Amino acid sequence: MRKRSGVSVFLIVLLAFALLAAACGEDTGDGATTTAGGEDTATTAAAEGLKFGMILVGPSNDRGWSQAHYEAGQYLEEQLGAEMIFLDKVNVADLPDKTVDQVAQDMVNQGAQLVFLTSDDMRDGALLAAELNPDIPMIWSSGDNAWAEGEAPAPLDNLGNIMGRMEYGKMMAGCAAALTTQTGSIAYLGPLINDETRRLVNSAFLGASYCWENYRGETTPLEFTVNWIGFWFNIPGVTLDPTQVANGFLDGGADVILSGIDTTEALDVAGQAADAGEAVWAVPYDFDGACELKPEICLGVPYFNWGPAYLKVARAVIDGTFTATWEWNGPDWTDLNNKETTAVGFVKGDGLSAENSSTLDQFIAGLADESINLFVGPLNYQDGSTYLADGETATDAQIWYTKQLLDGVTGPSE
Amino acid sequence: MSWMRPLGRALIPIIGALAFSILLLLLVGANPFEALGLLVKGSVGSAASLSDTLTAWVTMVLAAAGLVVTFRAGLWNIGVEGQIIAGSIAAAFVARTVEGPVAVMIILTMLAGIVGGGLWALLAGVLRVYGKVNEIFGGLGLTFVASSLATYLIIGPWKRAGVASTGGTDPFPRDSWLPTSGTLRVSIVAVIVAALAVVAVYFMMRGTRFGLRLKAVGQNLRSAVLFGIPNKRYLLLAFIIGGALAGLAGTIRVTGFHHKLVSTPSGAHGYLGILIVLLAGFEAKWIAPIAFFFAAIAVGSSQLPLQMGVDSSLGGILRGVLVLFVLLFGGWQARRAGTRLAAGSAPPVETVILPASPGGEG
Repeated sequence: MRKRSGVSVFLIVLLAFALLAAACGEDTGDGATTTAGGEDTATTAAAEGLKFGMILVGPSNDRGWSQAHYEAGQYLEEQLGAEMIFLDKVNVADLPDKTVDQVAQDMVNQGAQLVFLTSDDMRDGALLAAELNPDIPMIWSSGDNAWAEGEAPAPLDNLGNIMGRMEYGKMMAGCAAALTTQTGSIAYLGPLINDETRRLVNSAFLGASYCWENYRGETTPLEFTVNWIGFWFNIPGVTLDPTQVANGFLDGGADVILSGIDTTEALDVAGQAADAGEAVWAVPYDFDGACELKPEICLGVPYFNWGPAYLKVARAVIDGTFTATWEWNGPDWTDLNNKETTAVGFVKGDGLSAENSSTLDQFIAGLADESINLFVGPLNYQDGSTYLADGETATDAQIWYTKQLLDGVTGPSE
Repeated sequence: MSWMRPLGRALIPIIGALAFSILLLLLVGANPFEALGLLVKGSVGSAASLSDTLTAWVTMVLAAAGLVVTFRAGLWNIGVEGQIIAGSIAAAFVARTVEGPVAVMIILTMLAGIVGGGLWALLAGVLRVYGKVNEIFGGLGLTFVASSLATYLIIGPWKRAGVASTGGTDPFPRDSWLPTSGTLRVSIVAVIVAALAVVAVYFMMRGTRFGLRLKAVGQNLRSAVLFGIPNKRYLLLAFIIGGALAGLAGTIRVTGFHHKLVSTPSGAHGYLGILIVLLAGFEAKWIAPIAFFFAAIAVGSSQLPLQMGVDSSLGGILRGVLVLFVLLFGGWQARRAGTRLAAGSAPPVETVILPASPGGEG
């Protein structure tokens, strides 16, 4: 009796699932056709409107890295009448049962003719997805697989890279911090450690040192400390907590925090300290609207403007002229914050004094006309080895693949 | 009818969660039927989505199969999560250091996972049996250690050249990946292993002397001693078997899904396994369909933000709601069972809802 009941229960459940699956199967068939009919099929979409996928590592409203990409996607929708399908929080902690390549595959199956994979962390997924879908153009942003002269070329005909020359934005950020600091101590809230993040810390340090010495005429060295949380944003139990790290900076005597992470903790923490009466400031990162959370202590924000580069790629896909290239796009020096043209910009914040603002303008003008080039030797790495010999100007590869933090920066290089 | 109770046990919380989810979807202004349709379509609607669902199903099933053994022995093996991670780490070690053809690598990485997970569980068992540390606390502590160890390895000795990121290690050599076909991500090897594990546990608990004695130990440690069952050995064996299956799940997570070691390799499949076993009334035969349901939600829910533009946290919320209903219903059932306890043929719920008292064997 007991035995039979066990078997019958199993059969009933199987039956229930079979029915459910069957019902769903029909659903799917119907859904697929209506969707396809209503939203343009893949074959005709090129003519009527591109459908593209956008994979974000963090939340689409993070006021940082991911939101900058998301808004670039919206820009494409406006400019081209294209349709974006996006998924945010694509990382192993938030989305444990889908890999990056599976998400890309979902988008392709849904009709995406172009997929943007927008995090350094997505390298493996981008390579795999592009390999499995050789006819679908993809962009792995901030990556280097398509750079033939790079250190890790992994050429695939359908996987290109786009990055902005954020070195300039970080130099401006460092300069604003150095002009403002009262304690002579600046801190950098670092994400994980790799070529990109070392490059950006070094850029901020070079900008800060230049303005500290040349505009303020200081002779004592500037204190410049970096601490790394271990990922692009906080993952409880895995990374260090950026709020704690930022508080630690302030406790340690820093009065300006530069953010290198995707989210806004640096500005949040400095804002709380400022509310408590401390004279502290922050420079967020990535997103042009990042200062809005606490404008009065925000010195400005270096941001990415992915729109123009993504638009170019999308047009190439529509025309059938896409080629997988590595692009490292600079600011539009004639109009730094022109959203139609620039890849990297800097929006000043209310925390920057009028006097420092005009000094910063002077610095930016110097960068623009190349009278100021900070990646020129002599520059040494932290361990004393030579990064650039006296008078040597860094090549793109030397800037991109920075092996260590520079001499003068406190904090681990790897 | 005797089959209604187990069926109700599984379906009532699921239906409750479904109803609540529909309300929730209405609240955020999404069409609930479109959403449920997408959930289904995104989990079983195409070969690709079914393949993704089966990939998640495999590890949930393995974890749950192991938990049937430990639960039946009266053990709250909360440490299953850490055992999966330990299995992942051991498998990753082999995948990174050993070179060999695919078939050899499958066997070696799986053995490594079994050993890793089994030993990790044995630690919790030794703490329980000899140290009188309740396995809940021992297991949680060991999970924390395993998780920290994974993060340490990723950002330390196993880090990518010139990189210090918790994102993960370099991908394993392709020979260490579980083989798949075409663009489908599921490995038939993994599915077969999971199915075999369920069948093995089913027959072990049902038909073998070992299984029966294990249940006796789980029902009542004291009388098991009176019947001459060496309960220490049985408890430790239950831990080892449960941990070995969890470790196998860990292997498949890294060789068949992530293809590298990540900081959270288990994806909480151990905790989900506990819920699956609770819903299954601690019976192996129920595991496969219930795990399939959980896997379908885990995989299909990513379609909601993708196609409807609802917030991507909604998928997680739906999962959370389901968990909550399972627990609520489990608690309610335990209360009901408690009032009927005198009847004798006690359902397994109450032996587990209330963990076996620490050091109860003494």
